[in-house]
Amino acid sequence: MGNLLEINNLKIEATSYPPGEPPKRITIVDGVSLALEKGKVLGLIGESGAGKSTIGLSAMSYGRGGIELTEGEIILSGRDIRNAKSGVLRKLRGAEVTYVAQSAAAAFNPAKRLMEQVIEATLYHGKASKAEAEARAVDLFRKLGLPEPETFGNRYPHQVSGGQLQRAMTAMALCPQPDLVIFDEPTTALDVTTQLGVLAAIKAAISDQGVAALYITHDLAVVAQIADDIMVLRHGKTVEYGTTEQIITAPREEYTAALVSVTAKDHTEKVSDDKPVLEVSNLHARYTGMDREVLSDINIAIQPGTTLAVVGESGSGKSTLARVITGLLPQIKGRVTFEDRELSRDLKGRSRNDLRELQMIYQMADVAMNPRQTVGTIIGRPLQFYFGMKGKELRNRVVELLDEIELGAGFIDRYPAELSGGQKQRVCIARALAAKPKLIICDEVTSALDPLVADGILRLLKDLQDREHVSYMFITHDIATVRAIADSIAVMHLGKLVRYGPKSKVLAPPFDDYTDKLLKSVPEMRLDWMEEVQRTL
Amino acid sequence: MNSLVVKLLVQRISLGLLLIFLVSILIFVGTQILPGDVAQSILGQTATPESLANLREELGLNVPAYQRYFSWLGGVLQGDLGTSLTNGRDIATSIGERLGNTLFLAAWAAVISVPLAITLGLISVLYRGRWPDKLISAVTLSAISIPEFMMSYILMYFVAVKLGWAPSVAMLNSSMGFWDKLHAITLPVAVLVFVVLAHMMRMTRAALLNVMQSAYIETAELKGIPRLQVIWRHAFPNSIAPIVNVVMLNLAYLVVGVVVVEVVFVYPGMGQYLVDHVAKRDVPVVQACGLIFAAVYILLNMFADIVSILANPRLRHPK
Repeated sequence: MGNLLEINNLKIEATSYPPGEPPKRITIVDGVSLALEKGKVLGLIGESGAGKSTIGLSAMSYGRGGIELTEGEIILSGRDIRNAKSGVLRKLRGAEVTYVAQSAAAAFNPAKRLMEQVIEATLYHGKASKAEAEARAVDLFRKLGLPEPETFGNRYPHQVSGGQLQRAMTAMALCPQPDLVIFDEPTTALDVTTQLGVLAAIKAAISDQGVAALYITHDLAVVAQIADDIMVLRHGKTVEYGTTEQIITAPREEYTAALVSVTAKDHTEKVSDDKPVLEVSNLHARYTGMDREVLSDINIAIQPGTTLAVVGESGSGKSTLARVITGLLPQIKGRVTFEDRELSRDLKGRSRNDLRELQMIYQMADVAMNPRQTVGTIIGRPLQFYFGMKGKELRNRVVELLDEIELGAGFIDRYPAELSGGQKQRVCIARALAAKPKLIICDEVTSALDPLVADGILRLLKDLQDREHVSYMFITHDIATVRAIADSIAVMHLGKLVRYGPKSKVLAPPFDDYTDKLLKSVPEMRLDWMEEVQRTL
Repeated sequence: MNSLVVKLLVQRISLGLLLIFLVSILIFVGTQILPGDVAQSILGQTATPESLANLREELGLNVPAYQRYFSWLGGVLQGDLGTSLTNGRDIATSIGERLGNTLFLAAWAAVISVPLAITLGLISVLYRGRWPDKLISAVTLSAISIPEFMMSYILMYFVAVKLGWAPSVAMLNSSMGFWDKLHAITLPVAVLVFVVLAHMMRMTRAALLNVMQSAYIETAELKGIPRLQVIWRHAFPNSIAPIVNVVMLNLAYLVVGVVVVEVVFVYPGMGQYLVDHVAKRDVPVVQACGLIFAAVYILLNMFADIVSILANPRLRHPK
C-alpha cells in the first residue's frame, strides 16, 4: 500500500518587497520531505515562521499571497500536483483534501448560515445530494458534541461560541469525506478547557472516518495527543522527524529537547508582608446596556515587588478587571486603592502621577504601537510626557531602556514592522518601564508568542522585577505561565473570584470544581494525557 | 423581524423625516435672506412706490416670515406648492409633469448603470491587476473625467449627426408612445450612465477587494469553488452595505444633478425648470424644487441605510 501523500524535497519561495529596497527572493521552506499513509496523523510543529502552515497548504498545492512552490514533488494519491492546472486543483480541493483554519471565527462567512457553508463543498463536488449532505452534517455535529445537532446548522456564525465554530469547521472539513484533512492550529485560539473538548472531538472524528490528517500546531503537548508521527520544523527546514513517542521521550536534537522541556519551568514564590501597592475591595462592574455584572465582589491585593496572576477563560472578567483598575471602565461599587490613596473611578479624575505609576502591556504588541513611529519615539514618549526629558538626555535614557530589554541601541530607529513578535513585546515592556511605574498590568502578554519566545519574555519580566522592584498583575489563561511567574494567584470564573491566595495554596489540593477542571485541562507532555483526563473529568 | 431591527429602522426613518423638516426651514430662510426684492424684480424699472406696495401686499410679503413659513409648510403637506410669481401657474401641476420626466430619465440611467457598474466591479476583482481590470478602470475613469456637456456634444456629433441613430435633442410630448420616448432620451441616458458608472464600479471593486482579504474567502477557495462563484456568493453579500450607499448617492445625483444634461438636450425636466426660475427670482418655485431635491437625497440615503441594517446578519439574527 503506497502513501496517500508524499512530499519530496519541497522548496517554497516568495518575493518580498522591503520598503526602499529592491525586491528579494526569500526561501520559506527548504528541502522538506514527508510521507503520510492513509488514516495516519502527522503533526507539524515549530514556531511561527517555521513554514508549517505553508507546508500544510502545499498538500492542496495552494500558496498564500505570492508564495510559489518552486521545487520538489507533492504526490497526492499517486500524482504530482505541484504544477497541476487550476481546474485539476479545484477538483481535489474540498473533495480529496480539506482544510481547517486556525481562526474558525474568521473562516466562516458571517452572512451565511452554518449548514449552507458546511455542505457547500460536498454539494459543489457532487459527492452527495442536498438531503444526504445535510444528514451527514447533522451526524457530524452530533459526533463532534455540538448542541442541538438537528438545528445547529440554521444558526449564523456569530450566534455560536468560538469552540463550537471550531467544531463546525471540523464538520465542514469532514463532510465531503476527504482522504486528507489539514488542521492548521485548530485549537490555538481556544481556552484550555474548550481546547480539551475540541481536541477530543477531532481525534474521535478522525479515527471514526479513517481519514489521514496533517496536524499543524506550535504546542508539542497538544500534538502528542493526536499524532502518530511528528515533524519538528525551524526556519523552513526539518529539525527532526520521527514517531511521536520518540520525539517526546527521546528527542535527538537540542531544539526539540528545548521544546519538550519549555513548559516545565517553575518559580519560587516570594512572600511579602509589606503594605500592598494595590488593593481592590468589594469591586463591582458592568458594561452599559448589560444587565449582568461583569465583575462582582472582587477583593485582591498586590504587594510591592510581587506578581499576582489572574487566571480564567475568556469571558471570565480578567481584562475587565484591568480596565477598572486603570480607570477605563468606572466601577459601579467598590474601591481601588493605590498605595495610600483611593484612585478616582474615572480616568479624568486621576492625576498624571496616578497614570504614571500604573502602566499596561497588551497581548497584541503590534496593534499597541503606532506603526509610523520609530522604536525611539515610542519609548521616548512617556519620558517626555511624565518627566519632560528632551534631546540628548532623552536619547540616552531610551538607549538605557533598550539595553535593559536586551535589544540594544541599534533598534532605536527601527519601525515596529521591522521587528519580530517577541521584539515588539519587548519594546512595549520598555515603554511601560520608561514611566518608572510601581505596578504593570500585563494582559496576556505572552499568549500570541511562540513558547520559546514567550519564555524569554517571562525571564525578562522576572529580571526587571528583581532590579526595579516593580509589581505585576499578570492576566493569563495559561497555567504554565502562571507557574513560571506568579507569587499569588486569583482564579476567576464568570466575573467572580473562585480562588485566591499564595501560589502554593491555590495550586495545592483540595480544589474547587472549576480550578480542578482548569488545571487538568492544561495539556501535559505525555502521550496518554488526554485519555486520562477524559476519564477523570 | 426582531425588536432591535425595528427599533433601528424606526430611529433611522424618524431621523430622515426630521432632516427633511430641518431642510425645509433652511430652504425657506435661505430664500428669504437673498438680497433684492421680488416685487422690485417683477416690476423692473417701471415700478412706482405705489405699485410696489400693492404687489407686496398681493404676494403676502408684508406678513412676518414665520407666519409665511407655516402657511407654506401647511400647503406643502397638503400638496399645494403655491403659485409661480412669474406666470401665475400652479407650481404642483408644472412640477408634476417635469418631475415625471426627470424620474423617467433617471430611472433608465439607473436601470442600465447599476447592474453594469456592479458587473464591471465583479469582473475587475476577478481579473485584478490584469488587463480587463485596467481597461475597465481606464475607460470608466476617463468617462467620469470628461465634463458632462463635453460628453453630450461628442455623443451628439457622432451618434446623432454622423450616424443618425438617435435624436440630438430629447424633446418629449404627451402624444409620444413609450418606445418613442425611450428613443428620444437615448443620448442623455448614455451621458448619465457614463457619469455615474465609474464611481459605483470603483466602490464595488474596492468593497469586494476589501472582503476578498478575509479568511472565509480563502476557506471558499480551498473548497475548490471557482473564483467568480466565490466573489458572487461569498464576497458580494458582505459588501452590500458600502455598495448600496454609493449606488444611492449616485441615484440621487441622477435626479438632482442632471441640470447640465437637461439643458444641453433641451429636456423638459426639473433641472431646466429650476434654472429658468432661479434666473427670474421666482421664490416659491425655487423653494419647491429645493425641497423636492432635498427630499430625494434624504430618502435615497435613508433607503441605503435601511438596506445596510437589513443586510447585517448580526442585527437580523441576534444571539
